[in-house]
Amino acid sequence: MDSPTEQRSGAGLPDARGHFGPYGGRFVSETLMYPLEELDAAYRRYRNDPAFLAELENDLTHFVGRPSPLYLAERWSRETGGARIWLKREDLNHTGAHKINNTVGQILLARRMGKTRIIAETGAGQHGVATATVAARQGLDCVVYMGAEDIQRQSPNVFRMRLLGAEVVAVESGSRTLKDALNEAMRDWVANVDDTFYVIGTVAGPAPYPEMVRDFQCVIGHEARRQMQERAGCLPDALVACVGGGSNAIGLFHPFLEDEGVALYGVEAAGDGIETGRHSAPLGAGRPGILHGNRTYLMEDDDGQIIETHSISAGLDYPGVGPEHAWLRDAGRATYVGVTDEQALAAFHHLCRTEGIIPALESAHALAYAGQLAAGMRPDQNIIVNLSGRGDKDIQTIAEREGITL
Amino acid sequence: MSRIAACMRVLRDAQRSALVPYVMAGDPGAEETVALMHAMVEAGANMIELGVPFSDPMADGPVIQKAAERALKGGMSLRGVIDIVHRFRRDDASTPVVLMGYLNPVERMGYDTFVTEAASAGVDGVLTVDLPPEEAESFTRLLREADIDPIFLLSPTTTSARMRAVCEAASGFVYYVSLKGVTGAASLDMDEVGERVRSIREITDLPVGVGFGISDAETASRMAMVADAVVVGSALVKRMQAHADNPARMRHEVSELLSQMRQAMDSHGGRYSSDAAPVGAPGG
Ligand SMILES: Cc1ncc(COP(=O)(O)O)c(C=O)c1O
Repeated sequence: MDSPTEQRSGAGLPDARGHFGPYGGRFVSETLMYPLEELDAAYRRYRNDPAFLAELENDLTHFVGRPSPLYLAERWSRETGGARIWLKREDLNHTGAHKINNTVGQILLARRMGKTRIIAETGAGQHGVATATVAARQGLDCVVYMGAEDIQRQSPNVFRMRLLGAEVVAVESGSRTLKDALNEAMRDWVANVDDTFYVIGTVAGPAPYPEMVRDFQCVIGHEARRQMQERAGCLPDALVACVGGGSNAIGLFHPFLEDEGVALYGVEAAGDGIETGRHSAPLGAGRPGILHGNRTYLMEDDDGQIIETHSISAGLDYPGVGPEHAWLRDAGRATYVGVTDEQALAAFHHLCRTEGIIPALESAHALAYAGQLAAGMRPDQNIIVNLSGRGDKDIQTIAEREGITL
Repeated sequence: MSRIAACMRVLRDAQRSALVPYVMAGDPGAEETVALMHAMVEAGANMIELGVPFSDPMADGPVIQKAAERALKGGMSLRGVIDIVHRFRRDDASTPVVLMGYLNPVERMGYDTFVTEAASAGVDGVLTVDLPPEEAESFTRLLREADIDPIFLLSPTTTSARMRAVCEAASGFVYYVSLKGVTGAASLDMDEVGERVRSIREITDLPVGVGFGISDAETASRMAMVADAVVVGSALVKRMQAHADNPARMRHEVSELLSQMRQAMDSHGGRYSSDAAPVGAPGG
């Protein structure tokens, strides 16, 4: 388990207490310690259980529609004149994003634990929709917490959740975005621990969530690795993914951690620009602290209060980041960069017109960086970009920004 | 002996329970908080829990969340809270003060700096809601070295194995959270609370405080029959928020509720001694 490469790459992390070096852990109030221990025990029991894995595999194949294609963006690659750019098409999953890989897994676990009520937080609404979808299919009650601000800018997803039978609760506290929705979901969980399973949507939160969500998302990287070898006969030279909490990125990166020739790039939202302070880039411009049950990089003021973040994409508008990314950053195994709203928008339009794919605004951040990266590489090199979601949910935002009424 | 231990011993000898009000520091302002602390002692408070405002109070209900938002808007900070204690200590050298808050502001200030400054201001205990003993080893050591009691929570979901570990890490008193929920929630099952407090006493000799959901004199009095300390928070903060623009009135409202609680708690004479009236029976 502890080979030298594993130690360097961190592939064997977290440790038994959920720590990735100084990051991660379980920083919650006493009432949540028992449910987290219960969840941890259940996860450890079922993660290698053949019946559980068979059911998961079956759902991923027939309900989610996996494997998702690895698509060579030929026109775009030719145009940049550099590396070949491949898109891992998580946008083609049922419900339109990578989020469902994780919700399918967690809700199967919830059912085995005998929980009858599902709660979740959501930012862009993609995780909320994925959770509502799987809860509907499993016949479980579902409550989704969503910041009042996000409800405004992602209204189609709110309606989708309601169509699926979920109750969507508007969170009016704090900055009325994703972080406040997470606080509210935690409060619900504290009050309803006996029958309720909290499905966290990214690789943040207290242990075991960062590890468990990662494991469920690793299907992305495992597939991409196999597909790349089949199609190009080699491993990719670089992987690029956007980082909100970091689940689509870690899902792609993790199966490649020990392949030292594969460069990893996480793309944070630089919003109006890092120098303006209006961004969501804790790895690029924050510092370590404690939020939502784990130690990680945060956006905070001098008093340790969490500050408001900004990004055009609701799914990246979060002041923290998964603890494993904090570890990978410090270890130098992955590189984290920022892409502004403007750059993401340009990449959004470019992919629409060049490849006939409307990407999510979150994913457009990864696309923007991949374009720059590819231009500086050789045509015989390969980049895989995680196209984490489709952009239908964002057309309202784009239209408004461009002064168009739909 | 720490101020908390001394306070609890005197009360135990007199068969009384401590009345422990919780208020948010800096709500509505630092000046008002200091005055309020003195008024609360006058009204019968034996120890004070001072809330340290945090932007993301995950374990608090809407009443305390709003108080934290008001305090932060008014410019309150962890340093500001320590300064409040410093000012309170000029006129009160005996009432213990416990800071209750979240870890990140402490992490940002730096553990050593925080402990040094809190100790020199006269802070007696620190309860960090999102820091379970598992993650608290070095912080607990620093606090102990500075004669500050690390206070930890026990909850209805705490297993007996954890209970032992938590009590070993704690000093001063342990704080039993009397319901599954956030601060300010409503329903309390008195029988269950009594049962749990008895099982905590089998594990530890530390005094046991009970809090969360105690909103009136009757509940306070029934809690006093089983617990060494009765913590009341949201009920006070709620009264305060209605009078934020009138500090004198605010102090009066808070003092009134505390006096009622104090009276009810003292009137049933005698406390949890082994054959006290069963909890749940009308008390006091
Ligand atoms: C399409 C899409 N990509 C990315 C994200 C960001 O989350 P994460 O960093 O966990 O992948 C979201 C979150 O809502 C999303 O909807």
